[in-house]
Amino acid sequence: MADPLLTLTRLDAHYNDFQALFGIDFDIAEGEVVAIIGSNGAGKSTLMRSISGLITNGASQISYRGEQIGALRADQIAEKGIALVPEGRQLFPSLSVEENLLIGGQIGRSGPWSLAKIFELFPVLQERRDQASTSLSGGQQQMVAIGRALMANPDLLLLDEVSLGLAPVIIKSIYDALPQIVGGGMSAVIVEQDISKALSVSSRFYCLQEGRVSLEGESGSQTREAISRAYFGV
Amino acid sequence: MSSMQDHTVVRSSRASRFAALAGIAILILLIAAPLWAGRADMRLLGELFLYLALASLWNLLAGYAGLVSVGQQAFVGFGGYLLFALTIFGGLHPVLAIGVAGLLGAAIAVPVALLIFRLRGAYFAIGTWVVAEVFRLTFAQISVLGGGSGSSLPVSIVKSVAANRTMREWTSYWMALGLVVLVLAVVYLFLRSRRGLALTAIRDNELAASSLGIDIWKTQFQVYVVTAGLTALTGGLIFLQKLRISPDAAFSVNDWTAFVIFIVVIGGIGTIEGPIIGTLVYFALREFLSDLGTIYLIVLGVVAILIMLKAPKGLWGLIRERWGIELFPLSHRVIYSKPDKEK
Repeated sequence: MADPLLTLTRLDAHYNDFQALFGIDFDIAEGEVVAIIGSNGAGKSTLMRSISGLITNGASQISYRGEQIGALRADQIAEKGIALVPEGRQLFPSLSVEENLLIGGQIGRSGPWSLAKIFELFPVLQERRDQASTSLSGGQQQMVAIGRALMANPDLLLLDEVSLGLAPVIIKSIYDALPQIVGGGMSAVIVEQDISKALSVSSRFYCLQEGRVSLEGESGSQTREAISRAYFGV
Repeated sequence: MSSMQDHTVVRSSRASRFAALAGIAILILLIAAPLWAGRADMRLLGELFLYLALASLWNLLAGYAGLVSVGQQAFVGFGGYLLFALTIFGGLHPVLAIGVAGLLGAAIAVPVALLIFRLRGAYFAIGTWVVAEVFRLTFAQISVLGGGSGSSLPVSIVKSVAANRTMREWTSYWMALGLVVLVLAVVYLFLRSRRGLALTAIRDNELAASSLGIDIWKTQFQVYVVTAGLTALTGGLIFLQKLRISPDAAFSVNDWTAFVIFIVVIGGIGTIEGPIIGTLVYFALREFLSDLGTIYLIVLGVVAILIMLKAPKGLWGLIRERWGIELFPLSHRVIYSKPDKEK
């Protein structure tokens, strides 16, 4: 395997006195799509928040392109080329669809993604570009959240529970867009509760349980029983 | 004002185009006030402009940047005292002194920000007040500026603004008008810029904004420093009109912060139009009720409570919800000159 793009080494994460992650080892190579699965409270979103700098960690616990970034602020990490599509979308309600996208592009990294490209990927957003982001349906809001992250032209995209609360047909249309997104060589970490969806789009996966990695491997390599055991801990 | 028009052509509603034209008409009318207004009216208008400037600045700070300061009197007083110090001891022309006071106000805001930006939320608010008290106590120690009892601007300096009283009053009126136009233009252009978009994003959702690469600290710092500078400028003008300064008047939390917060809250925080409406309402209440003494303050309090309960977005929020108009077109920004963002 090539040099990893991002490596987590014995990563711990805390919310005040509560420890949410215990010694996570994780890596992702350039151009790779890795899934993180696990039940509620397993630490998936905490892991995303740690990588994106919303939780501060020990500097050496996260390294990106050989650089220790664990102690950097979220905006500094974003500048390095790691973009987060946060759980629950977290759009800016005072801004229009287009303005939400433009905010993502403010970081000024060059690359293939532009407003026009996002509208090509999700044509419905072009029709609604001037609308308040809150007036869109859940699926369209999720498209804005993904587009907003892509506008930063990241090398690593973190997708946190993009299917949460959406109808299956919408989830399918969002996942159908994924090959176009990562086709250009972008790496992606996908956090997902739906195991089969996660395994079908990724090449490797990590399963978390109570803040620890309970299973990892190639996405096609494990039996459903092994995954269930790692997922539920029974 | 002309630059405001350049922008509104791009993506304005009929209401905002009308507002731009009406704004220019009103501005011309106000510039020509000496032709139609009496001495008392012009004094009142001048004071109204200064309050509108303070309110717009506090609104930018609290309503957009989320920095709820209750210590902006620190910069009002600082600007006022610097006007006195620079003219009396530095021999500067009062108008120049006010400009320098503004720059120094921004400069002193840098170390203040480094200190109080370590505090968040309510602690930040209290911290700003403490800083203002430190300013007040410090200036009260300076005996050459009159110490605790303050001092008056010498007649020779007052006369250097303009030779006769009428011309002086006109000049100070025009300066107040110029200041409020400057402040509104700065606030408006700031909010229309890339930084304004970032500011709105921070106000909406700090976590999402930071994970998109927006440096929250830097953005808020810039707003704080710019606001402090313009507030000090306003303070200089206020005390050029008053001609007398004392620590209690210069650093009054009631006059320069409480009333200003009242104006912004009843007008509508987080909108440019809000402080304008709020200032008009505040001055209307004051003109009709101030003879009542204490009752006037009780009425102000009741009005503030009622509006916070019934219309948390202020009077302008009510108007905007009902008719969907926006006089300063902020929400339909499309023109971005960076080529990679153009289609």
